[in-house]
Amino acid sequence: MKKVLVVGASSAIAEAVARIFSGQGAKFYLLARNSEKLSSLEADLLIRGAALVHSERFDINEHWRHEVMLNTVSEVLGGIDVALVAHGTLGNQQECEQSPDLALQELQTNAVSTIAFLTRLGNLFEKQGRGTIVVISSIAGDRGRPSNYVYGTAKAAVTTFCEGLNARLFKAGVHVMTVKPGLVATPMTEGLDMPKALLAEPEQVAADIVRAMEKKIDTLYTPWFWKYIMAGIVHIPTSFFKKLNL
Amino acid sequence: MNGHEICGWGRYPVITVEVHAPKVVSAMGGLLRDAAGSSILARGLGRSYGDSSLNDRVIETRYLDKFIAFDPQTGVLTSQAGTSLAEILRVFLPKGWFLPVTPGSRFITLGGAVASDVHGKNHHVSGCFCEHVERFEVMVGPDRVVTCSREQEPELFYATCGGMGLTGVILTVSLRLKTVTSAFIDQQTFKARNLAHSLELFEQNSRSTYSVAWIDCVATGQNLGRSLVMTGEHAADNKLDLPVKKSLAVPFDMPPGMLNIHSVSLFNTLYYNRVRGDMVRKRVHYEPFFYPLDGVLQWNRLYGKNGFTQYQFVIPKSAGLRGMSGILQEITKSGKGSFLAVLKVFGQENPNHLSFPMEGYTLALDFKIEKELFPLLERLDAMVLDLGGRVYLTKDVRMSAATFARSYRKIDLFQSVRERYGVNGVFASHQSRRLGLDL
Ligand SMILES: Cc1cc2nc3c(=O)[nH]c(=O)nc-3n(C[C@H](O)[C@H](O)[C@H](O)COP(=O)(O)OP(=O)(O)OC[C@H]3O[C@@H](n4cnc5c(N)ncnc54)[C@H](O)[C@@H]3O)c2cc1C
Ligand SMILES: NC(=O)c1ccc[n+]([C@@H]2O[C@H](COP(=O)([O-])OP(=O)(O)OC[C@H]3O[C@@H](n4cnc5c(N)ncnc54)[C@H](OP(=O)(O)O)[C@@H]3O)[C@@H](O)[C@H]2O)c1
Repeated sequence: MKKVLVVGASSAIAEAVARIFSGQGAKFYLLARNSEKLSSLEADLLIRGAALVHSERFDINEHWRHEVMLNTVSEVLGGIDVALVAHGTLGNQQECEQSPDLALQELQTNAVSTIAFLTRLGNLFEKQGRGTIVVISSIAGDRGRPSNYVYGTAKAAVTTFCEGLNARLFKAGVHVMTVKPGLVATPMTEGLDMPKALLAEPEQVAADIVRAMEKKIDTLYTPWFWKYIMAGIVHIPTSFFKKLNL
Repeated sequence: MNGHEICGWGRYPVITVEVHAPKVVSAMGGLLRDAAGSSILARGLGRSYGDSSLNDRVIETRYLDKFIAFDPQTGVLTSQAGTSLAEILRVFLPKGWFLPVTPGSRFITLGGAVASDVHGKNHHVSGCFCEHVERFEVMVGPDRVVTCSREQEPELFYATCGGMGLTGVILTVSLRLKTVTSAFIDQQTFKARNLAHSLELFEQNSRSTYSVAWIDCVATGQNLGRSLVMTGEHAADNKLDLPVKKSLAVPFDMPPGMLNIHSVSLFNTLYYNRVRGDMVRKRVHYEPFFYPLDGVLQWNRLYGKNGFTQYQFVIPKSAGLRGMSGILQEITKSGKGSFLAVLKVFGQENPNHLSFPMEGYTLALDFKIEKELFPLLERLDAMVLDLGGRVYLTKDVRMSAATFARSYRKIDLFQSVRERYGVNGVFASHQSRRLGLDL
């Protein structure tokens, strides 16, 4: 029976992952800010076969709660097999360009607090000597683009941090997987004008994540074709890249 | 959120509207409050064909898809209205539960199933979807959620079942699932020479749980109404496991002309000839049996970018063979053969105000949208009306208010209930305005 911690549990992608695990009778500890979303998800997962679901309101930016929270989760579940870190916000890039406070707030939620949390989480897993940490970063971290480079900066930081953490914890028997989704139809991207052909459903991304965890993949691009698209984009010379409207 | 293009499954018409997709039920009240003065409409997965789910302001239920409670003693599942039938099957079939009634697509929501009071291949024995619904909650105003059942607020219950979203936003639905011991169906396929033979086969198989006929609309003369009649029973082989299968998708719009009379006729002949003897028995998975078209995602693109419509009518049993032959003849004469022609026998009518089925025969066909189509459908309407029949709202995109008024007999009752709950004009659609239910 998998013991699963989900941070940002109400995220559409996280929810889809939790639904897959619930079918296998997993035990959950769900964390997110909105209690209405949490309680409806709780009932949903139980009906789908989850053995146990705890949920609690939690804001990743409340650093002072991280340690206590992690200890509670580990105690209640009796260890953690899988920790999925999925919270995130996609701030308005134009507004971030005008307001350093707003830009920092985005970096705070998506990078700084995430890194603070992963620091403690990594140590807990190291002590356990087992388990999988799955962190949802983004293809946006692979290259700074005018349309979302503040968000991209945060994701780049998380990606790099996870790469290092993975190499460190590998020796302790812990697997850290970085997930880089492309464009996914979730509340986060609602209202954005995105090419339909490239848009994935959260269920598809979730299935990829679960499969990749089993295979112990280090960095997952999902859907798969983003690996190739990003390989191309990363190699565009800056002198040309800066002229593009991406 | 503004400026979103939406359309029904027929991809006609396509309109630009304001779309809201609340993440939590508690956000719904605010949306209704903001809409004060203009109308609003709930929308599920947009599988209704025409303009039933279209309005300048819509609330999509896609995030309201959580299971709320399940009682394994009674099989009653309570779930948020945005839950899809596909998801219910995925989770509950492995545990031995099945939908009591299912339409020909599983990619529809509970809310949509109630609002259209959908029917399946077992209408003659199990009636419509809502006959298996114990109760639901419907939001009729920003601060008012009404729990409805046959005992509690029954008038709103009968108006909302089949009420096309015009009585409010359905929030949750309690549906009684049925038990099965297999994911498979024992299917029998009979070759019917013509319409009379088809109806005879339905008669002979009236005890079968499921029955449907695929009619070759292009066949004329002596062959008019030739079909494959299919019946089915849930198998009892204790195989509840699901197959893992990828669906094909039609990636782009078919160029016009690809789907002309010849390709349609060819398709129909192939289909008919696939069955060699007079009857073939086969055990098939429930997916191809109930959802042959869900296997090709976005098959609606096959009709090209002008879109299409499905014309589904029912005529009373008394009108029978003669009535059906007359209408089929008119269709074949028009030369607008359709990709799909499905014939079913309906059992008894239920008390819901706007539900479509009545005891008799129903036929459903697809037509590509083109200028010459509309006069043909007008002629068909007239024939259907003369026979005492009616046209299915969830497929309709062009019926006149007069035709509607003549064929749906409980409109006044429906409107009086809407008035009593203060929802007329508040919840409205392109269709409700066209049909004269709203201004
Ligand atoms: C391939 C295919 C096969 C089909 N076969 C059948 C069949 O065999 N039998 C049959 O009966 N139908 C059939 N249909 C039609 C389909 O079942 C109905 O149109 C159904 O209502 C679609 O549900 P939806 O969730 O997509 O709703 P939508 O199409 O989004 O909406 C349909 C109506 O329901 C209302 N509605 C949706 N959600 C709510 C809510 N939460 N509260 C209040 N009102 C709501 C809308 O306002 C609208 O009037 C078929 C459709 C397709 C595409
Ligand atoms: N959608 C995409 O196209 C896409 C692409 C690449 C990467 N991603 C990444 O995928 C992850 C999941 O996103 P999603 O697309 O599923 O979006 P989503 O549905 O909007 O989920 C984001 C979740 O994060 C939670 N959250 C936000 N701020 C938080 C905070 N301060 N503390 C705790 N929780 C917080 C929110 O829950 P509450 O407000 O209820 O707490 C929300 O449920 C994110 O990391 C996102 O950056 C998404």
